[in-house]
Amino acid sequence: MSKITDMTKTHNWSGQKLVTADHLLFDAPREKHFMTGSEVLKEAVKRCTVDASVSYPITPQSEAAHLIGELWAEGYVGVYFRGENEFGVMSEVAGCAMAGARTITTTSGPGTLRAMENFAQWSGTRIPCQLILMARGINSPLTIQPDNLEVSYMLETGCQIWYAENVQELFDMSIAAFIVAEKPDVHVPIITVVDGFFVSHTREAVMLPADDIALFPYEPYKSPLPPIDSETPPGRFLRDPFVMKSNYISYATHASWQWEVRSAVERSRPYAKHFLNGLVHVTGEEDAEIAFVTCGTASNQAKEAHRELMKLGIKTKVIKLRTIRPFPTEELIEALEGVKNVFVPEFNVVGWLEKEVKTALYKKSDADVVGGPRVAGGMSMPAEAIIQEVMEKINPGKGA
Amino acid sequence: MAIDIYKINPEFRDIMPQEILDLEEKATWAENAVKPRGIKELPETKELLEEHSLCAGCPEAAALRYVLSALPKPEETIIVNSTGCTSLMFPHIALHTVHSLFGNQNAVATGIKRVLDWRFPDTEKDVVVLAGDGATVDIGLDYTLQSFFRQENITTICFDNEVYANTGGQESGATPKGQVFKMAPTGKKFEKVKMWELAVTSGCHYSINMTASAPKAVAKAVREAILIAREIGPTFLNIYTPCILEIGLNANEGLREMKEQDKERFASFKYVSPEAEEFLVKCKEEGRL
Repeated sequence: MSKITDMTKTHNWSGQKLVTADHLLFDAPREKHFMTGSEVLKEAVKRCTVDASVSYPITPQSEAAHLIGELWAEGYVGVYFRGENEFGVMSEVAGCAMAGARTITTTSGPGTLRAMENFAQWSGTRIPCQLILMARGINSPLTIQPDNLEVSYMLETGCQIWYAENVQELFDMSIAAFIVAEKPDVHVPIITVVDGFFVSHTREAVMLPADDIALFPYEPYKSPLPPIDSETPPGRFLRDPFVMKSNYISYATHASWQWEVRSAVERSRPYAKHFLNGLVHVTGEEDAEIAFVTCGTASNQAKEAHRELMKLGIKTKVIKLRTIRPFPTEELIEALEGVKNVFVPEFNVVGWLEKEVKTALYKKSDADVVGGPRVAGGMSMPAEAIIQEVMEKINPGKGA
Repeated sequence: MAIDIYKINPEFRDIMPQEILDLEEKATWAENAVKPRGIKELPETKELLEEHSLCAGCPEAAALRYVLSALPKPEETIIVNSTGCTSLMFPHIALHTVHSLFGNQNAVATGIKRVLDWRFPDTEKDVVVLAGDGATVDIGLDYTLQSFFRQENITTICFDNEVYANTGGQESGATPKGQVFKMAPTGKKFEKVKMWELAVTSGCHYSINMTASAPKAVAKAVREAILIAREIGPTFLNIYTPCILEIGLNANEGLREMKEQDKERFASFKYVSPEAEEFLVKCKEEGRL
């Protein structure tokens, strides 16, 4: 097993050369590989000088958790063990991160909900841990199919939420996520989401930098709150008088704390913009009057619909949101200039992204927002479904 | 590392109440005490603010003082607590503490302990869980037992008041059978959970059931349990700290209640694994006990 004492100023405990995030993400030469999302996550974690990871099985993330375990056995991760269930795992992650570790875990669908109370604890305690959420349907009836309903539940936990479209983005995003989450003026947890199966189990060509370089380690003493390690006097972390006493000061304290957590998420914008090359990615026709606002693999399907609609002479564009928290309102409004019809295709039945888009555009855009198409329960979203939605809107009753 | 872990901002020193100053100056760390720190120093030391949030006469407050006085290395100790009456005390002590959620204290403690061992391989850092019976025996039972199964190097202390006190007096798994409480209006239907026995079955190397009526006995158990947890594996203490409010006693009747129960539900139970027994002998020889 690796030892933290093997760390030097230039190399981490597994002997990888320490480099900046900019070098790792932008400058280092890359080579082409052919990998699944789970495998590429292993490659990302391998290059992140990760101190701790706690695992628990749930489809479709189990394989990712196995592979992080392999990394630990190979000496790349400091602490790794299997927790008792997701509530336990997210609690153990909280403990690891509070004690000053760069910590990562993974889960899916129902596991997310079982652990729900912890996510607010994560953000409330300002730990910069990362959850890779390989989204899946929520029971019941029992399902293991891809869906992203649980993201709806995560939106107001005070965590940052990023969304990757494909295997390549999962690699780059999960590295950038640590860096942004650990910025002293941000320092809140980050949830990196991919659509389970569609990304976790899909093999794609990805460009990866060499594996003999890795990120500089996490520096817990740059945290806005002292880590729980008895090394930093005074110990204020979670031990100031409770804010649950019923008086005006305690209400105000709690309220300001909640707002500060959300402000911290807002402060992540410039860093995310840098490492993600913008909070939204726009493809398609610049002068289109029809736009698709998407995240995750729905972006891919929207791009296919765009190509088909081009053949019919209908100009469209795809605005892919890469961060959901913070929500890229400004960038979205800018990208929607001149757009008359907005469609929000999404992989869940409640249409949480449509609600987000409508909230962001309220009184700021005249575009008409259509929430759809929506698929759920693991169904795929054929481009035809998107095209049909568009044709129904612009050419009612006549179909595609 | 930090014996000055509780430090008053010099700018505010002149407006601080005396007992806050006392907490900084007299919450005697091992290094500060003229004599080795221990239960005997209690009269001169300040472990807990008198203006804490518990009810007048609550035995938990006394028990917490005994526990804190017995920590072998307070400056390197993290206490993880849980929602409930116990959590109300921790803002009023001079030690690193974590309020987790309700029931997940042993899971949070696991993460902390494993990372501290990873980050500070050459320093003994103790992690102690202190929570009530609701958090330990009911909502957090899974996490408590699982930490025993996994042989985590942490000490778990349950302040067993046999009731959910902070939420207004509901039955818990630790409530004796037949006891009438809110949510058990005709009396509790099943026996008190013998957590100290579950602890043994689940892999603890040291398990005790006792009341907080005898300070020296509590302090001895705490010190032994933490030393064993450091070297051998998980340890558990079940300490009766009655909720005088919910069982209808006056503020000065807690001690009597504990003494009476010494021979009843909290009749002394002590388990020490052979491995731990051997280790304790070594500790005595080295003067660590």
